[in-house]
Amino acid sequence: MLLYTLKRLAYVAVILAVMSVLIFWATQVMPGDVAQMIVGQFATDEQVRAVRAKLRLDDPVYVQYLRWAGGLLRGDLGLSLMMDRPIAPLIAEAIQRSAVLAGISIVLIAALGIWLGVHSAVRKGKPIDHAISVGSYFFISVPEFFWAIVVILLFAGYLGWLPATGYAALSEGWWQWLKHIVLPVATLVLGLVAHVSRLTRSSMIETMQSQYVTAARAKGLPESVVIRRHALRNALVPTITVLAIDVGLLMGGIVVVETVFSYPGLGRLLIFAIEQKDIPMVQAGILTVTAVYAIANLAADLLYAFFNPRIRYGRAAA
Amino acid sequence: MAAPPRSLLVGGAVFAAVALCALLGPYLAPYPYDEMNIMTRLQPPSPTHWFGTDEFGRDVLSRMLFGARISLLMGIGATLVSLAIGVPLGLAAGYYRGRVDETIMRMIDLLISVPPILMGLLILSMTPPNPWKTAFAVGIIYVPIMVRLTRGVTLELASEEFVLAARARGERGWYILGAEILPNAWPPIIVESALRVTFAIMLGAALSFLGLGVQPPASDWGLMIAEARPFIDAAPWVALAPGTVLCITVIAVNLMGDGLRDLLDPRLKRGRG
Repeated sequence: MLLYTLKRLAYVAVILAVMSVLIFWATQVMPGDVAQMIVGQFATDEQVRAVRAKLRLDDPVYVQYLRWAGGLLRGDLGLSLMMDRPIAPLIAEAIQRSAVLAGISIVLIAALGIWLGVHSAVRKGKPIDHAISVGSYFFISVPEFFWAIVVILLFAGYLGWLPATGYAALSEGWWQWLKHIVLPVATLVLGLVAHVSRLTRSSMIETMQSQYVTAARAKGLPESVVIRRHALRNALVPTITVLAIDVGLLMGGIVVVETVFSYPGLGRLLIFAIEQKDIPMVQAGILTVTAVYAIANLAADLLYAFFNPRIRYGRAAA
Repeated sequence: MAAPPRSLLVGGAVFAAVALCALLGPYLAPYPYDEMNIMTRLQPPSPTHWFGTDEFGRDVLSRMLFGARISLLMGIGATLVSLAIGVPLGLAAGYYRGRVDETIMRMIDLLISVPPILMGLLILSMTPPNPWKTAFAVGIIYVPIMVRLTRGVTLELASEEFVLAARARGERGWYILGAEILPNAWPPIIVESALRVTFAIMLGAALSFLGLGVQPPASDWGLMIAEARPFIDAAPWVALAPGTVLCITVIAVNLMGDGLRDLLDPRLKRGRG
């Protein structure tokens, strides 16, 4: 297990190194002059020169990359062009807020998804199973940004129960904080819960037909014990994988949801930086998200290995 | 071959209707998509404007018909990009195996380790956005799935007798791949492509929604919803109309994909990613 963990950690390091080159390269290949793009097409030559000097764009590309990457290793993400402030604290602050959003959402997605999946598997073919299946088909087909609009319209506009946008820190009282976070979380959960429930359902149905479940039933165990103690544990292994995939989708969803709800997290910061052509911020933001994603995947792989000893000893399955 | 499943017929019919509307959009639209009229701002649906008007007094129905074309083309274009890159790589990896396979699959692993929407953001943030670039960015995101699928099918087919016979005849590698393996590898690839189109339509619309796709005054469904966002309380129809059509289209393509899967490839009747 230790060797496996170390191998996976080394892989994360490789990914981040390659991605840092890729992200840096992407800013180099863009047509036209970076400095010109930042100051706009009507800027004077002096303005362009000033930006070039500030970003030290006249150095050779590899020198620029090494300077940037060296800074990254020391935890220095550079200066934001639009705010003229160090990027690292800005990102640190934003990522905390995004993490709260993501954490609550993924817990709810897992809990609700597994609950729905088990319920429809146990009642396979009954009306409630059909209702859940049709419902999840519908939910899978609706993009997050449209859910966001619908919940805003319903709960903020029509019913007037919740604020449509914005963010309140916990220091402003947990009620305020909760009111601002309900709709973004609901949007993310609505969009992703169907993945988990569908997979849990099919995996649970398969497990319920296995011999050890029949054996447990034959022993005379109550059905609820058979489901909880025998079937569910094995049925959940594939669910872990789909949850890891959902973390990736959740990150995409967070970018959209934060933008719609004006929630000041990492996603909104990134979109804002892209709109403002704040290239150092874009680079740092994308690299940060990649790192978080790589670590989330690592955690999922380790959990998977923990639940499934075959992987620990053999070649890691992709 | 069995009778086509009902889901394929229903999904196909709905999708065909949407596609026809997109194709004939300019002829069907009652108004030009960019005709502004300050006198008729944010009007609710009425006989003159079936889906109302937006903040510039533009007819929502006309803009939806115009946007349908871009939304569908972005979804289909992105899927074609992922096919054009993914299928040849998957064929090569599955047939030549060894070092070729290793190299291709390591590249794919790397591509997978970037969260889907970020790949799009990375490509689109660096250059001025346009819908074709968005389609390309979305297509790149789905390359890994196509490579893995094609590779798996190719691995299976490569040991079939007709491939061995072609080898024994001394045929070249590219001939075997193109004329022997590819024609037999299509069914699961077509099924996956149909399902990819739905994800691509949604992701393309999401990127447009974020301002990284179609640029005003042109529009697709995603951008229409984004533009309607500030007026959502006063004029919900401006967002609800394109959103509803987007959902109907995605459900139709999903049904079509599921039906195709049942028809072409009964082995694949399990969960999909």
